Amino acid sequence: MANYSTNEFKSGVKVMLEGDPCAMLEVEFVKPGKGQAFSRVKLRNLRSGRVWERTFKSGESLEAADVIELDMEYLYTDGEFWHFMLTDGSFEQYGADETAVGDCKKWLKEQVIYTVTLYNGAPLTISPPNFVDLEVVETDPGLKGDTAQGGTKPATFTTGAVINVPLFVNIGEVLKIDTRSAEYVSRAKS
Amino acid sequence: MTWQPGCELEALKQRARLLSSIRCFFSEKAVLEVDTPLLSHSSVTDLHLASVTAQLSLPGHPSAKTMYLQTSPEFAMKRLLASGSGSIYQIAKCFRDGERGARHNPEFSMLEWYRPDFNLQDLMDEVAELLFLVANLPAPETVTYQQAFQYYLNIDPHKESDETLSQLAKDKTGICADDLSRDDCLDLLLTHCIEPDLGCDKPVFMTEYPASQASLAKVKERDGVLLAQRFELYVNGLELANGYDELVDADEQLQRFDADNEARKACSLPEIPVDYNLVESLKSGLPECSGVALGLDRLQMVIQETKCIDEVISFAIERA
Repeated sequence: MANYSTNEFKSGVKVMLEGDPCAMLEVEFVKPGKGQAFSRVKLRNLRSGRVWERTFKSGESLEAADVIELDMEYLYTDGEFWHFMLTDGSFEQYGADETAVGDCKKWLKEQVIYTVTLYNGAPLTISPPNFVDLEVVETDPGLKGDTAQGGTKPATFTTGAVINVPLFVNIGEVLKIDTRSAEYVSRAKS
Repeated sequence: MTWQPGCELEALKQRARLLSSIRCFFSEKAVLEVDTPLLSHSSVTDLHLASVTAQLSLPGHPSAKTMYLQTSPEFAMKRLLASGSGSIYQIAKCFRDGERGARHNPEFSMLEWYRPDFNLQDLMDEVAELLFLVANLPAPETVTYQQAFQYYLNIDPHKESDETLSQLAKDKTGICADDLSRDDCLDLLLTHCIEPDLGCDKPVFMTEYPASQASLAKVKERDGVLLAQRFELYVNGLELANGYDELVDADEQLQRFDADNEARKACSLPEIPVDYNLVESLKSGLPECSGVALGLDRLQMVIQETKCIDEVISFAIERA
């Protein structure tokens, strides 16, 4: 892969650091009047999700990371791998292991499109869309008439996710969930 | 489209007020405003300053010559001082290659002035007076480089070993390079651990820099330590001005230029033609004087309470 020198550093650039692929979040140019110039960089380790702070002397360079983000449709799991398919018409499939799927597992629903980050050609992480529609498989019986004011109860969804929902919700209903906050948004529009 | 200015109309008005009050300040003190060339045959030799070059063609000269845009008006102003100008100031555009960020634009405005017979303290007092007048800033406090490092990092910057400084720089800043010089480590620690906190209550003058960072300042010995007779001014974590008790010794000046060029060669950087006009002017006699360069754009950043230089200049480099 190519190298990025400090003057090419900017938010979004993906590089290898200490053996892991990282994405630059913020780049700050630091230079005392007559002193050495530095780039102060915040990077997200794409494997662990952790944010690192590093400083580089101007003129240093880092190896570019072979990282690409692609839209893929979730197909099925065989228990060991979760299989996704490219949406570009190529029908090319990728199997993501449990580490790559991570927290996204509870949002995985067939035929929904996810962002798959490939590192050296293999899935590294999976990101869900901001909202998914999921079906309730288990919750206490709904309270008729209670449509607006207060009160929630836990509900379990087909994917295994457990989320607090309003008291009026019944088993079998499909709800719109915000995956960023893991919160109920509304009933799904069917 | 980026044809519009990157700053508000109010910033343009603020700039006009700032320029006018600075000119008024120096006029009342009978300091002469001067105007020197931006383009020169020679330039600064500092290891960490890169000049922007331009190709100049002149009638009677078959090939174009590489010229340098000034990084500060210092050399030309010192030649005026040596020729008997007395106290002078200049508001000039300066250029520094490769410098761009929230606090840097490669082209920027500098307010620079020189006071024959002023010592460093006299000049610091005058800077404080100007800051109060144009930016309503309170009287600054003075801390030495050593005091700042002791307070923030609990080390003596003059006496700590190179190894300790290098390890501390790595721990504190996540620097990855292994080939750090002593001054690189000190710069890193200063910019990451000290500078952001300097001048937040009131402006801070930092004084008594290591002799290795003397640049064009005199060096004096105190308690066995060589100290550069210079100060830096910080306001809200922003480096605003840099003042020297000016070096007037022509031989030492030439030695520093040559040493700089040796260091540049060692780092595979181009050598810079030495300004022999400056050396000659020092030989003929530069009066004992103190001088200071103040970043005008940054002063306006303080006045406008912004962290971004683009908000105080009409067209930052991308729009220029």
